[in-house]
Amino acid sequence: MSQSFSIGGLLRRPEAGAFLGLVAVLIFFGIFGGVAFLKPAGMSSWLNVAANLGIIAIPVGLLMIAGELDISVGAMVPFGAMTTAIIAGHWDQSIWLAIVVTLSFALVIGLVNGLLVIRTAVPSLIVTLGTLFAVQGIVLGMTVLIAKSTSVALKTEGPAKAIFGDFIPVVFKGQLQSIVVWWLLAAAAYVFFVHFSRRGNWIFAMGGDKVSARNAGIPTERMTMLLFVLSATSAAFVGMCQAIQFNSAQVAGGQSFIFNSIISVVIGGVLLTGGFGSVVGIFFGTITFAVVNQGIYYTDFDRNWSALIIGVLLLIAVLLNNTFRKMALTHAPKKK
Amino acid sequence: MSTPILELRKVDKSFGPIDVLHEISLKVHAGEVLCLLGDNGAGKSTLIKTLAGVHKPTRGEILLDGQPMAFDRPKDAQARGIATVHQFGGTFPLMSIGRSFFAGVEPTKGWGPFKVYDRKKANAIAVKAVQDFGITRIDDGDRLVGGLSGGERQSLAIARAVHFGARVLILDEPTAALGVKQAAHVLRIVNQAKRRGLAVIFITHQVMHAMAVGDHFAVLIRGAIAADFRKGEKTREQIADLMAGGESMADLEANIEGYMDSHDGHPPPPAR
Ligand SMILES: Nc1ncnc2c1ncn2[C@@H]1O[C@H](COP(=O)(O)OP(=O)(O)O)[C@@H](O)[C@H]1O
Ligand SMILES: [Mg+2]
Repeated sequence: MSQSFSIGGLLRRPEAGAFLGLVAVLIFFGIFGGVAFLKPAGMSSWLNVAANLGIIAIPVGLLMIAGELDISVGAMVPFGAMTTAIIAGHWDQSIWLAIVVTLSFALVIGLVNGLLVIRTAVPSLIVTLGTLFAVQGIVLGMTVLIAKSTSVALKTEGPAKAIFGDFIPVVFKGQLQSIVVWWLLAAAAYVFFVHFSRRGNWIFAMGGDKVSARNAGIPTERMTMLLFVLSATSAAFVGMCQAIQFNSAQVAGGQSFIFNSIISVVIGGVLLTGGFGSVVGIFFGTITFAVVNQGIYYTDFDRNWSALIIGVLLLIAVLLNNTFRKMALTHAPKKK
Repeated sequence: MSTPILELRKVDKSFGPIDVLHEISLKVHAGEVLCLLGDNGAGKSTLIKTLAGVHKPTRGEILLDGQPMAFDRPKDAQARGIATVHQFGGTFPLMSIGRSFFAGVEPTKGWGPFKVYDRKKANAIAVKAVQDFGITRIDDGDRLVGGLSGGERQSLAIARAVHFGARVLILDEPTAALGVKQAAHVLRIVNQAKRRGLAVIFITHQVMHAMAVGDHFAVLIRGAIAADFRKGEKTREQIADLMAGGESMADLEANIEGYMDSHDGHPPPPAR
């Protein structure tokens, strides 16, 4: 049958709520903040926030669709930044070596998360809460031990700087970070992986009913490991790019990514208990979050109100998403 | 008579010190429905989990086509054509009919790393498979499974098992949560599966449902087979009495009525 265009058909998609939310906040800040935040400088401010968050939010969202949570990303961001800074800055080694080592370590931590989740009956929230603290401890302990400081500087030049942590020339008045390109590429790759390749189907089946999924022959354990590796390396990648972008790394400061990624994912229409969601929804959810986060600077409101807006937005988004999901469930095509 | 597809010989199952099944011997033939009756806690689910490879028998043999078999995991049983359909499980409520039908064995098109899930093909095959069972109301493979009625979901799960080559179909209380009409729906599908030559093991505690489709009946009481008989050998009342563990249902009803007469029409409090 053909998927003809209809309003109802669009509303039944997982990203419907996120899309409406984005339109709503754009209108809201268009009225109260003027058009400044839609001009290149304004747009790059929220696109930069969205890109840094979005690279993490998509794998976190996929884990949620598969019925798991990963909050250790909050430690993986400073981990990625600090590992890169110590190797390339403090020890003055090649930045490429730093990149390879950073991502390899992150891969190992992702494997540890995945292994602990599939080998023990402990919920992934608790497992990753454990690794969150463990990795924070390692980062703080090792940094003080090696660099005798909680902040490490580095200087990157050449192609690595341009690829991972510089401002993109010309477009948007040169205020867009290169990570935005990574985010767009990653989002496109995830759309293919989740919604077009057959493995995407496995993620939804796992979140719907893990035992049935395994009985249907889906390699649920391998997929779980893969998703935890994706979220750990993505978070470390973002930290690494930030260190290269800002020429320094701090031991703390990743925690905001935990809640912010979960908020983006939930606004994006992913069901907290798994089995339902979309990459496009998470993408819109992340932009919505970033617009509120940055848009507030363009209004006369005090910065502190943005948390209130995000809270209200989250609740409205969840209610809308519940409604749309019910519509999708009860939808039966009219008899011809 | 021909070799049964599946046979149990004196199967015992204990969980540590707890003996759940005692010396269960049963046969199921192709094109036959075996009804497994029994009260809650009788061991019906444990028995079918043993058949489906979830549990290993503590003692005794399982024979498939006359050959002794040992299943290490549910997948092994499935690979040999033994499919279990649970009351609600096996289908994913928030997935489309096509996607859930092919979960794990998705058809693809394209080449190399760009192979994509073939939605059209999956939907067409899934819809045809259920329609072949007479469920013509399902005609859109993009609908979400959770939006189907309970009976339609069961039918989808059965059609799926049959499509993927099941020879033995185990249904664990498929009609328990359904209304009269929906249950009739599922019973019709069970009859169809039987006519296609599948061996069906149908678990229920509703005698009426069993009598509507069963060729062969086994009553399980506290883990042992209390009665084993063929269609037409016992009446509905006799079967109900057997399930109640020998205590006559008629007596039970008389007791309740007597209680209500002497208690202003209130039924007795539920037993704990
Ligand atoms: N894994 C297990 N460990 C210990 N006892 C079990 C286990 N599974 C089932 N039982 C016991 O076996 C008995 C039969 O259970 P079950 O097979 O679920 O009965 P039914 O499906 O007929 O209601 C129950 O008393 C139950 O407590
Ligand atoms: Mg049971």
